[in-house]
Amino acid sequence: MANIKQELEKRILILDGAMGTMLQQYNFSEEDFRGERFKDYPSPLQGNNDLLSLTQPKAIADIHAKYFEAGADIVETNTFSGTTIAMADYDMEDLIYELNYESAKIAKEVADKFTKANPKKPRFVAGSIGPTNKTASLSPDVNRPEYRAITFNELRIAYKQQVEALIDGGVDILLVETIFDTLNAKAALFAIEEVKEERNINIPIMVSGTITDASGRTLSGQTVEAFLTSISHISLLSVGFNCALGAEQLKPYLQRLSNKTKFYTSAHPNAGLPNAFGEYDESPQQMQSYIEDYLKDGLINIIGGCCGTSPAHINAIAEVAKNYQPRLTQEFV
Amino acid sequence: MAEPDCMKYLTLSGLEPLVVTPESNFINVGERTNVTGSRKFLRLIKEEKYDEALEVARDQVDGGAQILDVNMDEGMLDGVYAMTTFLNLIASEPDISRIPLMIDSSKWEIIEAGLQVAQGKCVVNSISLKEGEAEFKRQAKLVKRYGAAVIVMAFDETGQADNYNRRIEICKRSYDILVNEVNFPPQDIIFDPNIFPVATGMDEHRRNALDFFEATKWIRENLPYANVSGGVSNVSFSFRGNNVVREAMHSSFLFHAIKNGMNMGIVNPTMLEIYDEIDKDLLERVEDVLFDRREDATERLLDFAEELKVKGSTSTSRDAVIQEWRNEPLQDRITHALVKGIDAHIIEDVEEARLASGKPIEVIEGHLMIGMNVVGDLFGSGKMFLPQVVKSARVMKKAVAYLQPFIEAEKDGKQEFAGRILMATVKGDVHDIGKNIVSVVLGCNNYEIIDLGVMVPPEKIIETAKKENVDIIGLSGLITPSLDEMVYISKALEKENLDIPLIIGGATTSRAHSAVKIAPHYSNTVVHINDASRAVTVVGDLLKKDSEIYKHQIREDYDAFREQFLKRGKKKEYLSIEDARKNKFQIDWNTSEIVKPEQLGIQIIEDFDITKLEDFIDWSPFFRSWDLHGKYPEILSDTVVGSQATELFTDAQELLTRIFDEKLLKAKAIFGLFPANTINDDDIEIKDASGNILETFLTLRQQSKKSEGKPNIALADFIAPKTSEKQDYMGCFCVSTGFGTQELASQFEANHDDYNSIMIKALADRLAEAFAEYLHKEVRTKYWSYAKNENLSNQELIKESYKGIRPAPGYPACPDHLEKNTIWKLLNVEENIGVKLTDSLAMWPAASVSGYYFGNPEAKYFGLGKVTTDQVKDYSKRRHISLEEAEKWLNPNIAQ
Repeated sequence: MANIKQELEKRILILDGAMGTMLQQYNFSEEDFRGERFKDYPSPLQGNNDLLSLTQPKAIADIHAKYFEAGADIVETNTFSGTTIAMADYDMEDLIYELNYESAKIAKEVADKFTKANPKKPRFVAGSIGPTNKTASLSPDVNRPEYRAITFNELRIAYKQQVEALIDGGVDILLVETIFDTLNAKAALFAIEEVKEERNINIPIMVSGTITDASGRTLSGQTVEAFLTSISHISLLSVGFNCALGAEQLKPYLQRLSNKTKFYTSAHPNAGLPNAFGEYDESPQQMQSYIEDYLKDGLINIIGGCCGTSPAHINAIAEVAKNYQPRLTQEFV
Repeated sequence: MAEPDCMKYLTLSGLEPLVVTPESNFINVGERTNVTGSRKFLRLIKEEKYDEALEVARDQVDGGAQILDVNMDEGMLDGVYAMTTFLNLIASEPDISRIPLMIDSSKWEIIEAGLQVAQGKCVVNSISLKEGEAEFKRQAKLVKRYGAAVIVMAFDETGQADNYNRRIEICKRSYDILVNEVNFPPQDIIFDPNIFPVATGMDEHRRNALDFFEATKWIRENLPYANVSGGVSNVSFSFRGNNVVREAMHSSFLFHAIKNGMNMGIVNPTMLEIYDEIDKDLLERVEDVLFDRREDATERLLDFAEELKVKGSTSTSRDAVIQEWRNEPLQDRITHALVKGIDAHIIEDVEEARLASGKPIEVIEGHLMIGMNVVGDLFGSGKMFLPQVVKSARVMKKAVAYLQPFIEAEKDGKQEFAGRILMATVKGDVHDIGKNIVSVVLGCNNYEIIDLGVMVPPEKIIETAKKENVDIIGLSGLITPSLDEMVYISKALEKENLDIPLIIGGATTSRAHSAVKIAPHYSNTVVHINDASRAVTVVGDLLKKDSEIYKHQIREDYDAFREQFLKRGKKKEYLSIEDARKNKFQIDWNTSEIVKPEQLGIQIIEDFDITKLEDFIDWSPFFRSWDLHGKYPEILSDTVVGSQATELFTDAQELLTRIFDEKLLKAKAIFGLFPANTINDDDIEIKDASGNILETFLTLRQQSKKSEGKPNIALADFIAPKTSEKQDYMGCFCVSTGFGTQELASQFEANHDDYNSIMIKALADRLAEAFAEYLHKEVRTKYWSYAKNENLSNQELIKESYKGIRPAPGYPACPDHLEKNTIWKLLNVEENIGVKLTDSLAMWPAASVSGYYFGNPEAKYFGLGKVTTDQVKDYSKRRHISLEEAEKWLNPNIAQ
């Protein structure tokens, strides 16, 4: 397999766009989500996108292929909610290994096909590791600020299961993303380090935080620099931001991140801010022009899209990224 | 990849980063949150008085601590529990958690418990070779994996380093293991080479300070990037109780330790004299001890200390410094406490407010709500962030809890709630801050809150709503999928035949979404609330006895809003102005009936008999202006507001009779009817009888993409185009009944009769509308007389059942106020009847109406909706104004 670091030296790598947005277009019904296998499953399953890797694997593979066709170098596995914690909503904790393993396998097969067709542009699979739906440093109960709905150890164990299955399924990279609460991410990184040590392997890790609003902080209250400091104890492939903001709003935070980190940088912003109906309507061309501003300022090594982005967006981004040099990491300064 | 040297600074973080560079001043570690060092803190933790314990932490941060040391090592305490609880509490105090933590324990399990609840990069205090290399390496590896820096004590298997050589030997060995074997970043290593007491009277302690200084220097020169720290107060241990001497010793020790390279340390800033201000004699004696300069150094310092004791100046009163904000006025203090989330003084402040208020509830509605509004504003503008607001809410709760007994006492001891409200963050969403704030605020306003928490499935909402018989259901959510979930819940509630008002809130929710996507699915009321303070009003309105009218009003508002919203074009799709013009409203000019007005030209009506207008008055808006909602005349017999409405109507009739009898108001009108033709699609050329062009009216065209067969209308479409070679006609007018209004209103005000002052203005407005209606009828039946035989009732007129239209500039069909200038020029309105236009093109007197007349039977009212830049550009050229000016005037109608 080609070395992703070598590729990053040569050019800006393109990450894929939204999985959820693409899946919406299929309008899968409860029955579609269930498939034959979960026909009689006791809890409602519609909306469990991760499950589609088992019940609608072709759709997932097709979406990966569309992003590769659009010019993506890296696709993310369909495993954003692939932890026992997030799957508890659907009583599907026992399926964690299979969900992650199969998702990784689907993505990897598509990636290999594309790499084979054009070995000069090797394709990679990043195992998507989401934030779960609980926060380790915020209390959900205003009257009990000392209370936590989840502990570091619970998170660590859940993340470890996900990481092991993703690696078994063949992912090239692990991507800890959409980090609202840095403590959750630290638990994920802790789990990854454990797996790396136990298996005596080294797998590149991407970390991507989320600046929630104009305060310029994560949901758990950290500034860009504090966030960076809190996750830089592990040797990362890249650090970046995704979700919550559009490319335009994200830029100042990306600039600050880029100034301060020795790692490669990444960004996968949303297609703008959601409108009144929660839809993202920034066009590929608009997004392309905001991303071009990143490129002109040399802020980026890996670039893609989050909520509301489509292959058209990724294609627009890939087209413009071709014309620019990747950001120089600080050791060359 | 290799790290560049410039990155090798110790960097820590709380909510904000702390970078320790060579340029940094000494990093001060707050030490009061340490049960081994503070008896007060120990007592607070033992008694689980965590609120007060947090105040100790806050004082440290306010006092300038840059790192907060927390230690729970005490035999009687469950250290893991105490550490976890306290650090979790600190995490919800952003004023404290902005700085990094130092997790201080001699027990590894307490350190690990602390590391597991801190999101920032902490310092572990401490590890050492005391238990051997294997344990040292194990702990170091974990510290690294948790992402913390570490303090390494100069301690090994044989004991604590107590001289210079042992110090450097142990530090060197520790450093080599950490850097070479554990791969620990050297900049994350902080050595503590042991600060021991001096002047103890024992010979072996005489070099304690000096050895520390020298070891520090050696470490900084020989162990690259490593830092040095220490607990300064140890040095003065033998002078406990003599603060003057101790403070001098601390300052002097620190001064020299820093010079030798100590870059951080645990110092109580309130136990520190300024180095330059230390008494010269005292300083000399202190430094003799620290540097072991004289055989009798200790005796001389002890003597000096005794002398001070006799003089009785050994304790300073630094503790008594009152924080400045405590001296501010009461409201400022309460607001400060809410904004900063400080509850230390809130009870005394609230008590002060209570004593000053008539009723305890007024403190909530006044002082506290004022403060909470500031919190809401700061949060809304991104100047406060989530944990701070949670904290503010807690201070609020505390204040309310204190007031509750007083409120209950006033009610004869019975706590009666104003209503029961279910609150829930919808399924799939964990964000509940907004919901909590609303809950708190409502709770403060005496509503009973049933909070189902976050990620609440619809079934649970329905079940609880039924079981608890709630009065209102509040749904909250922040992420966008929650919007769909709310729609789903509204459908589910409808299916269950629940008849409970629904309030919707949360960052991505909107009035548009609530009106368009939620309200249609639910028969009961759906209200969108965007801030907590408004929640109180809305809930009050929903639960008051006569809420039906309010609910009806909301429903009407939302229906109208939805219609307009949908008209605007769901997907915001617009046609270019060229394409919109191609899709104009088609009238077949070969067959269309064009009536030539009986009388062309301008006519003025002065000294009009306003009694004629009585029958033309539309009374419903009059009641609305007094906050009485309902349709006239039914409103007069409404079970709830009927009597109020009738009383108001009687008063209005009385004043109206006076107006009529005493001719208090003057009515004037002007109108003109002219030959007209549309040119260039959207403009209407106005001519005089002999064919000279007088003015050109500019109309705006709808641009939103319409469904198949629906036109993009402009008013110009209702006039025959020049190219049809048919002569068409249009008119324009201005009426006013406002002359005399202001004088009358002022008279009423002078007599402190605000009631009638408002009444006269409300009546004048109604009369102006009535006059416009009257005149339009006259024009239709007499002056233009295209509807000679029209016979419509007042109700039918209000419903606009007549032929032809009279749209007014500034209203939906022609939102362009600049058209009024054209009307004024064409009719010479100001000179003829005295109605003026203000800079922003409002009419004065206010009780005036102006507009156009279109007589074609196919002419109809419509809303322009949004237009796009191409039309604005085109318009600016036609209007001969700059694009910027055009944008200014048309701004509300320009699509984003």
